[in-house]
Amino acid sequence: MRQVLLLAQRSVIRTLRQPAMVFPSVFFPLLLLSINSSGLNSATRLPGFPADSYFQFAIAIPFIQGALFSAMSAGTNVANDIETGFLNRLSLTPLRRVALMLGQLTGILALGLIQAGTFLLVGIAFGDGLAAGPGGVPVLILLSLTISLAFGCIGAWVALRTGNGEAVQGVFPLFFAALFLSSMSLPRNLIETDWYRTVATYNPVSYMIEGIRSLFIAGWDGEALALGFACAGGVAAIAMVAASMALRTRMVRT
Amino acid sequence: MSRGSFTSVARALAWRNIHNWFTNPTLIVPSLLFPLFFFTAFAGGLSRVDSIPGFDYEANYTTWIYGFVLLQAATFGGVFTGFSVARDFESGFARRLMLGATNRGGIVAGYWLSALVRAAATITVVTVVALIAGLQVTGGGIDLIGLYVLAFLLNTVAMLFGTGVAMRLRTMQAGPLIQTPAFLLLFLAPVWLPYDLLTGWVHAAAAVNPLTLVLDTERGFLVGDPTKVLPAFLVVLLLIAVTVVWSRGGLRSAERAA
Repeated sequence: MRQVLLLAQRSVIRTLRQPAMVFPSVFFPLLLLSINSSGLNSATRLPGFPADSYFQFAIAIPFIQGALFSAMSAGTNVANDIETGFLNRLSLTPLRRVALMLGQLTGILALGLIQAGTFLLVGIAFGDGLAAGPGGVPVLILLSLTISLAFGCIGAWVALRTGNGEAVQGVFPLFFAALFLSSMSLPRNLIETDWYRTVATYNPVSYMIEGIRSLFIAGWDGEALALGFACAGGVAAIAMVAASMALRTRMVRT
Repeated sequence: MSRGSFTSVARALAWRNIHNWFTNPTLIVPSLLFPLFFFTAFAGGLSRVDSIPGFDYEANYTTWIYGFVLLQAATFGGVFTGFSVARDFESGFARRLMLGATNRGGIVAGYWLSALVRAAATITVVTVVALIAGLQVTGGGIDLIGLYVLAFLLNTVAMLFGTGVAMRLRTMQAGPLIQTPAFLLLFLAPVWLPYDLLTGWVHAAAAVNPLTLVLDTERGFLVGDPTKVLPAFLVVLLLIAVTVVWSRGGLRSAERAA
């Protein structure tokens, strides 16, 4: 346990002491939110649009974009540990793989907490706040951290499979595609293009966004939250197992 | 300096950059994918917004978004060339090039040619996808010439700006300084909705953004009803004049450091 905590502490310090990792992951999602909410506010005039302001509808997007940045950070950090030989030295210790993975990903959870807190404050300051009320705050934070963990595990898996940071950067467009092909810009029932609506319906990112969005604009929507947690938790679990297996393979090679 | 040295430097450098771009997946894939992502996400995910009262564009929403993505592809063809300049300096290649080139103006010309080819390749892919997705072009031959000439002029602006930054800083860390202004200029224009339907600070920013004029003209070319053609070309030519001076300054800075 002590080794895990030490790893977690190292991971948190390493993540937070890199402003180049923290600042863009908070600033760019907010900049895009600001541009989108102003540029698309007239979309609220569409019949059936679920919010009075586009800002309130779009505030969920930064939570996912922040998590995508977390994936890149997690992957880059793990790749760096492989490239510098740190992981080789860790393999000599009796640490369990899952514990090692969780320790490595604690920094991403800390970053996710900073992101979620900032986005929530912005949502309260410039929007109509949380429709779910104060009780929605811990649920929102928990869902946001689960999403960060899910994407962080994917980033770590890619790093462990490939062993280099450049490959991690290379998968960023795929994450980007997953976000873009979701119900990010309009509710699914208002998406006119059939194939796009179908892709968005099968895309788990849609449900992550809708889970967070429900807390801002609908209040307590059990179905949206259950789907949001199920998708984020499911992706996190699958990616964690995959990363753990990739770690075993890498340690065997070591 | 002879004309031959200028063209031989430009041609050799352009060939190297174009070859690198086409053969290196880490360079070509993001260049092609990002405009396609934007096109797919906006044209597919937001197509319903063309039914908002006041949205009176003559063609469908795919065509509306194509006008933006065309400019984006052209601009980022120039921006990514700026990255190549920075990478060449970081790897030491550009310093050797500065020593070997008899006419250093040919270096900028070489990067410009490669930016044009990159933009042409990206625009071709985006256009094919857009045509499959239902792009409705009703503009005539002259309109299409105007459409693409304006886009390539904007590509030149972005390339000259990026080259100026990259030659001054000579590191890949210049990337955000090249990319962010281009990104902001593009997205502070009427991307999704007409100018009159914008609200808030983006409405105010779009009013003074030169790309608003260019984008409106591009969308006009697509439907054969271009507006403010002369002002749009004048704005882009003015931007080229400014960025030529900027990139010359960058080249001088790099020469001093070489």
